[in-house]
Amino acid sequence: MNLKKKLGSGLGQLLIPLIALAILLLFNLFRDPGFFSIRIAVNNAGNRVLTGNLISIIDLASELAIIAMGMTLVTAACGGQDISVGAVGAISGAVFVKMVQNFGGLNAGTFVLALLLAILVTILFKMFNGSLVAVFKIQPMIATLILYSCGRSIAYWINGDATPQLTSPILTAIGMTIPGIPVPTPIFLVLIVGILLALVFKFTNISLYTQSVGINQGAARLNGINPIAIKLLSFALLGVCVSVSSLIGISRLGQLNHKTLLVDIEMDAILAVAIGGNSLGGGKFKLSGSILGAYIIQMLTTTLYAMKVSPENVKAYKAIVIIIIVVAGSPVVKEKLTTLWKRLRSGAAARKEAA
Amino acid sequence: MQNDVVLKMRGIVKQFPGTRALDHVDFTLRKGEIHALMGENGAGKSTLIKVLTGVYGKDAGSIWIEGGGDEAHIHSPQDAQNIGISTVYQEITLCPNLTVAENMFIGRTSGSVVHWKDYEKRADELLKNLGIPARAKQELSRCSLAVQQMVAIARAVDMKCKVLILDEPTSSLDDKEVAMLFGLMRDLKARGVGIVFVTHFLEQVYEVSDRITVLRNGQLVGEFTTEELPQVELVAKMMGKDLNDLADFEAVGEKSTGANEVVYEASGLSSSECRPYDFNIRRGEVNGFTGLLGSGRSESVRAIFGADRVTGGKVRIKGKDVKITNPHEAMKNGIGYLPEDRKRDGIIADLSVRENIILALQVMKGFFHPMSKAQMTQFADEYIKALKIKTASQDTPIKSLSGGNQQKVILARWLLTHPDYLILDEPTRGIDVGTKLEIQKLVLKLAEENMSVTFISSEIEEMLRTCSRLIVMRDRKIVGELKGEQLTQSTVMKTIAGGEQ
Ligand SMILES: Nc1ncnc2c1ncn2[C@@H]1O[C@H](COP(=O)(O)OP(=O)(O)O)[C@@H](O)[C@H]1O
Ligand SMILES: [Mg+2]
Repeated sequence: MNLKKKLGSGLGQLLIPLIALAILLLFNLFRDPGFFSIRIAVNNAGNRVLTGNLISIIDLASELAIIAMGMTLVTAACGGQDISVGAVGAISGAVFVKMVQNFGGLNAGTFVLALLLAILVTILFKMFNGSLVAVFKIQPMIATLILYSCGRSIAYWINGDATPQLTSPILTAIGMTIPGIPVPTPIFLVLIVGILLALVFKFTNISLYTQSVGINQGAARLNGINPIAIKLLSFALLGVCVSVSSLIGISRLGQLNHKTLLVDIEMDAILAVAIGGNSLGGGKFKLSGSILGAYIIQMLTTTLYAMKVSPENVKAYKAIVIIIIVVAGSPVVKEKLTTLWKRLRSGAAARKEAA
Repeated sequence: MQNDVVLKMRGIVKQFPGTRALDHVDFTLRKGEIHALMGENGAGKSTLIKVLTGVYGKDAGSIWIEGGGDEAHIHSPQDAQNIGISTVYQEITLCPNLTVAENMFIGRTSGSVVHWKDYEKRADELLKNLGIPARAKQELSRCSLAVQQMVAIARAVDMKCKVLILDEPTSSLDDKEVAMLFGLMRDLKARGVGIVFVTHFLEQVYEVSDRITVLRNGQLVGEFTTEELPQVELVAKMMGKDLNDLADFEAVGEKSTGANEVVYEASGLSSSECRPYDFNIRRGEVNGFTGLLGSGRSESVRAIFGADRVTGGKVRIKGKDVKITNPHEAMKNGIGYLPEDRKRDGIIADLSVRENIILALQVMKGFFHPMSKAQMTQFADEYIKALKIKTASQDTPIKSLSGGNQQKVILARWLLTHPDYLILDEPTRGIDVGTKLEIQKLVLKLAEENMSVTFISSEIEEMLRTCSRLIVMRDRKIVGELKGEQLTQSTVMKTIAGGEQ
């Protein structure tokens, strides 16, 4: 009884993603027992690093995990999703690269300055999205459709050159590993963003306010909360997440390709939020669920690639998972399952009585 | 069917999920009469009309129309129109940028070639005939609202109607325009049209209507001729009371008129939803707003809290000028507000009882000062005990509590902020009798502790038990203030009803 209650509240939301993760792990274990092996190898830069499927899954999921956290907040506050995160990520990258070029090269100082400017510009773009949603009450998907379709062109205008190259030890350290540390840096960045958000949650009321606004905006207002401000704030935080992810993406390749940087990440981010057991209709949320969702998606992708599924088909398989999860989480199915459960139980009780 | 009856509805039932909007309602309309359909908000007036006009299907009952032979089968607004039932809704549903004639005939022209010249001639004739001050070629948007309303009626009338339904046609008209509209209605009546008139303005009912049908909570209270039903009795019937049987009530405690010090004072306060009014409350006073549902009492107190867009007025709190334009400012000035619609405006359904209790206090403490979990738990515990809130635990989502317990949680939320002035709009609606008494006693106790409380309830007894002063509203205006000896059911009812009675 007690356990059931626990599952119903706290762990309940994470139950399904944890099961999904376990299924994927088991599947891979049977498919290829070597899938989980981790070795130490020397990479291009001459550093000793850990390599193996698990490490690369966790590493490659970093951009997604970070954006999924921001997406969770926007989803919770606004009851809808931002589909322009990839495109705005390209803008963030373009601003970063442009600034670095303007400053005449990368060193610690120019790096910080360029990154801060990129974050600032990204926040401004997100505030544009946010005000369409919060002030003009436009559906988030529609409000972000504009930047979804023209964001990459804006990135192109900012930067002219199609794929500017950037080589610097700083970027190598961000995109791969810091010399002496055998774990890829993006993994730490997820941790850092997660910890920062956790601190923000601890020292402000953002979590309570966001959930209140997402569940019942009118009632939240009557309790002195400003729903517009909360929605804008969620978009601003998403902007920071997008900028950080964009930086990781650029650092991995040492170049900016505005066409491919963070491409298609919006769908994965929404999927991560949903897999994490968060309602896409807003309200209560769990960041940990979305992060877990991001790793599940990356594991799914890596597994599919490992099974030599072509990239086009990978997309199709992922789409199937989206559909299954969204349908399974829909009120209709939930209600059906509950009544089914009740009927089974009352049936069992009746049988017991009869016996 | 009697000779002069044009419309007969019998045993109409309409079930919505969770509410029976109409429960075996009868309605009879005679030729050449103006028949007012009365009832508080939610009584089922609009639903009855929508069943009649085919907007909703009915779950039981039958409808007969004069000359229609057997039972009429109305499945769509088009069906209704074809058998001679025309409707003019509160919102004008014409096209403002077309001409008057186009508006009158659009969608009803026959053949493929439209001779607008002929139609314009016909329109002009009809307008002149009905005494409507508009010309056929005039663009509709250039006419006043009343004239637009009348054009809508002219359109309806020209469709050879036997039954004309006017659902709150006067709510956006001024007195002169209303007079014009009534002129037209009397004219149509003289031509034998049966008119169903829905309004919440009592005076208007007595001015034009011949007969009144009263609904309450989806049930028929009765049909009366206007002469035999004094205004105060109409109000009593709408509120579900019998004037001859106004039982005395038991006191639940000492009523408090409060100290001399005025805590809150507003002059000319108005919002997007309410007209300017003056109001004040003293320290430790309990007063109340009363009136029929929809009389504007909720809208008035919402203006105090800044719940709607405040459009004007001067507010003084403890003698100091303040500006309150949103709930947060009201809260900072020591005002709390428990809204009328608990589900829509009160509870944050998915959040826990604890979070729902501490919400307002947390907001007042500020965005950067979250309370510790221990503190929250302690506050929640304290109020769950004090108000005897029945919940499995603090972590239970508030939505799984019973209505009365949800209400106590919201009450706890505001008590926790220790307001100087607490507004309670229908705190006892939809909760059991025991809890009702508890809340009434609590209000008196709070007043004893020097809190000022404004209390609104649809149950007059409840207000008489708790309030030392009652502000009476009718048709969105304050029409009286009662205190002391005047605080009896019949005086309150008479003041609500107004008129000569
Ligand atoms: N479309 C609907 N769905 C569910 N409930 C409804 C609907 N329309 C009206 N109701 C309910 O039916 C009752 C009567 O409403 P209505 O006919 O609009 O009252 P009135 O016009 O007298 O104010 C109310 O309780 C209302 O909430
Ligand atoms: Mg109505």
